[in-house]
Amino acid sequence: MGPVADANRTILLNALTIMMAIGLPTIIAALAFAWWYRAGNTKATYDPEFVYSGRIELIVWSIPILVIMFLGGVVWVGSHQLDPARPLASKAPPLEVQVIALDWKWLFIYPAQGVASVNDLVVPAGVPVHFSITSASVMNSFFIPRMGSMIAAMHGMQTDLNLRADQIGTFYGQSAQFSGDGFSDMNFAVHSVPPVQFAAWAAKTRNSGPVLDARAYFQLSRQSQNVKPYTYRAVTPGLFQSLISERLPPAPGPQTGRGGADVSPVTPGGQE
Amino acid sequence: MTLFGKLSWSAIPIDQPIPLITSFAVMFVILSVLAWVTAKLWWPYLWREWITSVDHKRIGVMYCILGLVMLIRGFADAIMMRTQQAAAINAPGYLPPEHYDQIFSAHGTIMIFFGAMPLVIGLMNFVIPLQLGVRDVAFPTLNSTGFWLTATGALLVNMSLLIGEFSRAGWLPYPPLSESSYSPGVGVDYYLWAIQISGVGTLMTGINLVTTILKMRAPGMSYLRMPMFCWTSLAANMLIVAAFPILTATLAMLTLDRYLGFHFFTNEAGGNMMMFVNLIWAWGHPEVYILVLPAFGIFSEVFSTFSSKPLFGYRSMVAATLFICIVSFMVWLHHFFTMGAGADVNAAFGIATSIIAVGTGVKIYNWLFTMYRGRIRFETPMLWALAFVVTFVLGGMTGVLLAVPPADFVLHNSMFLVAHFHNVIIGGVVFGVFAGLTYWFPKAFGFRLHEGWGRAAFWFSLAGFVIVFGALYVLGLEGMTRRLQHVEVEEWTPWLLISVAGIGVMAIGMMCQIIQLVVSIRHRGKLRDPTGDPWDGRSLEWYTLSPPPPFNFAVLPDVHGEEAYWTTKRAAIEREGLAPEPDYQPIHMPVNSATGFVTAFFATLIGFALIWHIWWLAILGFVGAYATFVIFAWRDREEYEIGVDELRAAEQMRRRAREDWLGLEPNV
Repeated sequence: MGPVADANRTILLNALTIMMAIGLPTIIAALAFAWWYRAGNTKATYDPEFVYSGRIELIVWSIPILVIMFLGGVVWVGSHQLDPARPLASKAPPLEVQVIALDWKWLFIYPAQGVASVNDLVVPAGVPVHFSITSASVMNSFFIPRMGSMIAAMHGMQTDLNLRADQIGTFYGQSAQFSGDGFSDMNFAVHSVPPVQFAAWAAKTRNSGPVLDARAYFQLSRQSQNVKPYTYRAVTPGLFQSLISERLPPAPGPQTGRGGADVSPVTPGGQE
Repeated sequence: MTLFGKLSWSAIPIDQPIPLITSFAVMFVILSVLAWVTAKLWWPYLWREWITSVDHKRIGVMYCILGLVMLIRGFADAIMMRTQQAAAINAPGYLPPEHYDQIFSAHGTIMIFFGAMPLVIGLMNFVIPLQLGVRDVAFPTLNSTGFWLTATGALLVNMSLLIGEFSRAGWLPYPPLSESSYSPGVGVDYYLWAIQISGVGTLMTGINLVTTILKMRAPGMSYLRMPMFCWTSLAANMLIVAAFPILTATLAMLTLDRYLGFHFFTNEAGGNMMMFVNLIWAWGHPEVYILVLPAFGIFSEVFSTFSSKPLFGYRSMVAATLFICIVSFMVWLHHFFTMGAGADVNAAFGIATSIIAVGTGVKIYNWLFTMYRGRIRFETPMLWALAFVVTFVLGGMTGVLLAVPPADFVLHNSMFLVAHFHNVIIGGVVFGVFAGLTYWFPKAFGFRLHEGWGRAAFWFSLAGFVIVFGALYVLGLEGMTRRLQHVEVEEWTPWLLISVAGIGVMAIGMMCQIIQLVVSIRHRGKLRDPTGDPWDGRSLEWYTLSPPPPFNFAVLPDVHGEEAYWTTKRAAIEREGLAPEPDYQPIHMPVNSATGFVTAFFATLIGFALIWHIWWLAILGFVGAYATFVIFAWRDREEYEIGVDELRAAEQMRRRAREDWLGLEPNV
């Protein structure tokens, strides 16, 4: 549904085709040899002396080597073209979105628009989006399958991902790295809307909802699961950078630490 | 600070019926078995012949039994995972996250460390000295200790079911999730100490088997005359020696973080979790080959024996094995292409990963040409081997797809990945182990496994495996990530249901395996192998009787050529008689030792005490284990002698069996 997802799929299919070209004949040959040289087949030649052939060895080493050399080129070119940090070619400047993985929800900050949202990502269709990604606590992975490549979210570090949605619609986004008990609810909806509608959404968001300041962030960063999406009308500037530079402490873990069986943290409520 | 550290009655999961009832059922079974053994007065026999045995064959069998029991435990986890996901489509299912997370963590941990590893090590232990034509491994008591330490690890993991909890951080506990700030319970500690203790056992076995293969071979058995299984085992054990210390060090660092407030991998104070991820996979990827290389060896033996042909391209196979052995250390980064390394790094590791496929590709072709112009018998081991080739080519292909970084960016951590590594580990390692168990069972016990039930087990297991993981491949391509306790995407429903049906079929396969064992034991008279050579074998384990005497060979065989026993067998048939009876010399065998068992007992105390912070008990355990070692080091009797008469009797029995089998005139 975008250039990255399309390119992911193309390289997947290319690699699959290359592998099939060698894998399928191998499987067929294995079954055919096994069937033809079965003990009961009197027509088959039995030659227990046939244990080495330089020509066959040359071929069986060459075929995989040649395939892998070819595939190696695909890997090299593909890795560079589809490097998640590489900006997408586009006339429009990219939309900046800062993503913070929290236990267990996603926080999206739109620095240019001055707003933020939880578990709901709104992007303008056809405009590239540059995601700066980090985590407030444990490792996660930011993944919107329909838009393409994923990238890890890690505390104290920033990863970059460039994606673009070419069609209007709502897609499923999720964490692709297990992050604890609330992990299964760590998904979000991606709304790809026309650019005009995106501007309208940002304007509307600025008019209502709570403010994301340090206090609200601490509240939000505590463990909670199955959080319904909502928005913040304003964000304290530099929140994302403070987290990466560790001026903000990492998000706390479970409220109680127990040795016993009932260790599961009691969810400290959903959103406020 | 209390007498029992963190341990209290709240550790028992009274409010969670599933683990509670399961543990009571398991304890009931264990107690019944113990009572039965007591009633039958079998303890002296078990103590003398098994628990304190340093015979590599007995230890090998015990490893395999441990592996099979743990395979069933891990399979029960798998059934729960498949059914939970299918039951939890827009619903909570029957397993809450804190329980479900323990199940998938335990599934992976148990299957790799306590299922696959003991099975592979058990087969290597049993077979290697026999194939090399020697009487035992290099360090017999160390061997016993290695086994019992592995059993300690398995015991600790299973104890967590009733006392406390198991890790909820996955089979590889990625920090910071596994740090005490985010996993304050004892689960990760159970994981750490179980793996550390069994890891020491594995390292001991690795050192032991490398030494055995390098230093102890029958006269004439040069390196390039060793059976393929010995070569792949050598490679696997060198990998153990090189890789397991990395695991131990990595987990030790995490332990320091959790116990003493260090900051190797924490979020605070300059810790970096990426270091853990790199280190754990620097062990983790070679681990895959530690498991699969011996399986490749088993398949080599099976293809050659059942095609009635020597292995095609033996030297090429040796080269491919060593090639895989070395390259397996250069690819670890492909487990985290999505962690944000640059394009150059990702591409380099992607290419390195694909290069491994050259080694496996060569092996596959050589097996194909082993069948070519052979005379193939389709007994159960051969069925497993054929199914392996077909499924492994597919699993290898999906592996190469995952090795392409831009493709991995959409497949990483998905059900596609789950399907891929089960495809290669079940299709490679587990099928290899089943082939090996069927193949060497008559050697170990003197009777074959029932062929009909073996075939049934094969077909059901294969069909179930294809259905389950076929469905998981599709789910992965549809974007489903792994480890979800419940799912919210309706489109995944049919495939989740198919995978449940598949695991049902696999369960039937597993039942067939159990029935096969029971039926074979009951009909052992009919299935007896009087020849010692039930498959018309080619390597030295078939030279001796089934089961072999404790000393394996009364006189060490002389090796001429690549296929030691086959050459001898052909010569005997041509000359219409066995070689003249040799001169007998008295031999020395190591005495049994309780060292391994007692050390493991103390290691269990150490592990349990450290998990629950019961410091006095940990100290007691350390002192006990050290004292056991000191007592062993000061032993004054190491060996006992076997006299010429006993050797002659055994050898003459073997010669009679061989003459009957080959239809030769007695030559005394």
